[in-house]
Amino acid sequence: MSIAIATRKQAHPTSLARLLENRTVLSVLFMLPAATILLVFLTYPLGLGIWMGFTDARIGRPGIFIGLENYFSLFDDDIFWLSVFNTVFYTVVATIAKFGLGLWLALLLNHAVPFKAFIRAIVLLPYIVPTVLSALAFWWIYDSNFGIISWLLEQMGLVQDRLHYIDFLGVPWHARWSLIVANVWRGIPFVAICLLAGLQTISPSLYEAAALDGANAWQRFRYVTVPMLMPILAVVLTFSVLFTFTDFQLVYAITKGGPLNTTHLMATLAFQRAIPGGDLGQGAAISTAMIPFLVVATLFSYYGLQRRKWQQGARDD
Amino acid sequence: MTEAVRPALADSTGMTYLDRLPRRVVTVYIPLALFLIILLFPFYWMGVTTFKPNDELYNYSDHNPFWIDSPTLQNIRKLLFETDYPQWLLNTMTIAVCATALSIFASVLAAYAITRLRFRGAQTIGLLIFLAYLVPPSILFIPLSILVYGMGIFDTNWALILTYPTFLIPFCTWLLMGYFRSIPYELEECALIDGATRIQILWKITLPLAVPGLISAGIFAFTLSWNEFIYALAFLSSTEQKTVPVGVLTELVEGDLYHWGSLMAGALLGSLPVVIFYSFFVEHYVSSLTGAVKE
Repeated sequence: MSIAIATRKQAHPTSLARLLENRTVLSVLFMLPAATILLVFLTYPLGLGIWMGFTDARIGRPGIFIGLENYFSLFDDDIFWLSVFNTVFYTVVATIAKFGLGLWLALLLNHAVPFKAFIRAIVLLPYIVPTVLSALAFWWIYDSNFGIISWLLEQMGLVQDRLHYIDFLGVPWHARWSLIVANVWRGIPFVAICLLAGLQTISPSLYEAAALDGANAWQRFRYVTVPMLMPILAVVLTFSVLFTFTDFQLVYAITKGGPLNTTHLMATLAFQRAIPGGDLGQGAAISTAMIPFLVVATLFSYYGLQRRKWQQGARDD
Repeated sequence: MTEAVRPALADSTGMTYLDRLPRRVVTVYIPLALFLIILLFPFYWMGVTTFKPNDELYNYSDHNPFWIDSPTLQNIRKLLFETDYPQWLLNTMTIAVCATALSIFASVLAAYAITRLRFRGAQTIGLLIFLAYLVPPSILFIPLSILVYGMGIFDTNWALILTYPTFLIPFCTWLLMGYFRSIPYELEECALIDGATRIQILWKITLPLAVPGLISAGIFAFTLSWNEFIYALAFLSSTEQKTVPVGVLTELVEGDLYHWGSLMAGALLGSLPVVIFYSFFVEHYVSSLTGAVKE
């Protein structure tokens, strides 16, 4: 139809103009920039990375196919297994803490507090600021000699003198917990603001109805808030798990995997082996080993989205 | 809280009028204050350290660590005049602006095609773009570094301008698809009947109506590019090419003796542009953050 009109307005429409009104041609043209960039810089490297995991590529030398050798050597590699343990531990603990505290903060912000918009804006700051730069601040806060935590502990009489200061980043378990605290600090705002958006869609009349039926505060939370929040919680959880599992910046900035490679995550270990170490093949193998987990997280997200659609449909009926 | 004065909040207050003030202080205000203190403390600490002279920095017995007795600009001066910091700022700004512009351009066209032209397979493409968002940079940087090297753009701004869209385009497209869907289809039909071409419709009708979405996507893309670290660390090597996060971490940390004053000054100055930018568009930022999750 549009072509007919174009013909009426212009006696001799150029073939180019007619081509631009063809939906298929136009679709291809419109998809072209995004598709080119994503195919060249995302899909191709994804495949290349998996392939490189099966080669002995080093910096400046394309590798030859060596089968599963990289994976066999990783299988006997204690540092690799420690990094897998660290990644899982880091993800599980940090995610639980982020969601517990984030949900609490969202519930607090959902109250009628003064300066709500301002507070909400401030709360997001840890998420806005470049992670590496706030990680540097944490590094300084954790400093064992001049760090502020050491000073506070001394003031409270918990440590006596310099010699007994807690070395936050120098002992493996201290360092792991310090990293988790920094990650939780950075992750709370994202979780809280997303869940707050979810909370605001819950109609107050549901709470009133529950209260009239005799539900106490805990029951209102458990049987009204949680089920209503579930769809958005599932999506935020997936994103959070995904980004925590593949985290790189915080660990690289604060401990660089130290002391003695005990706090490496899979991402930082892959970097260390591939770029400074030069062993691109093995680094790619470590990265590839992260993919199965990501697939599981994605499927989880997909079903979370599905359930949300179903719930929206059910509510409209 | 009086409902009449704050009608905007009325829908979210619900039964809170039942809470008495002392109860609210314990259950809401005190925990909220603690949250704010903990969330903001690292920034306060960054600021305090930046303006402290070195003798105060390491001497807690004569000076209260939480306050500055004689503020100094020495750390900032050292940063601006004795390091490549201004160059890093310029690099980061250039890369963030170019990567954002490129991503928004590609995303607008893709989102319009998926939601409005409805070609065959548009649904599948939409889902694939969402999946692309879930591919983290941590598993792409090794093969990408080979690719970047092979294209001859290693250690240039282009290495980042072309790779940042891999995570910006999926996000922006997904966000803009939501905005485009909210624009009534009838508007475009009217324009079609009046003889407008598809490109005119996109340029003169859809885009002006989607300005809030464009701003949201732009701000988010800008902050994401400003904060990116792993690609910048892997694809840049010379000092004068680095971005702020990489430069501060790799160039200002010298040996075992950390110059916390200038490090914190670097962190503070590197954070300020995004924070200022963010403060102008908080609402857009929040809506893009939550919109992308709810979509």
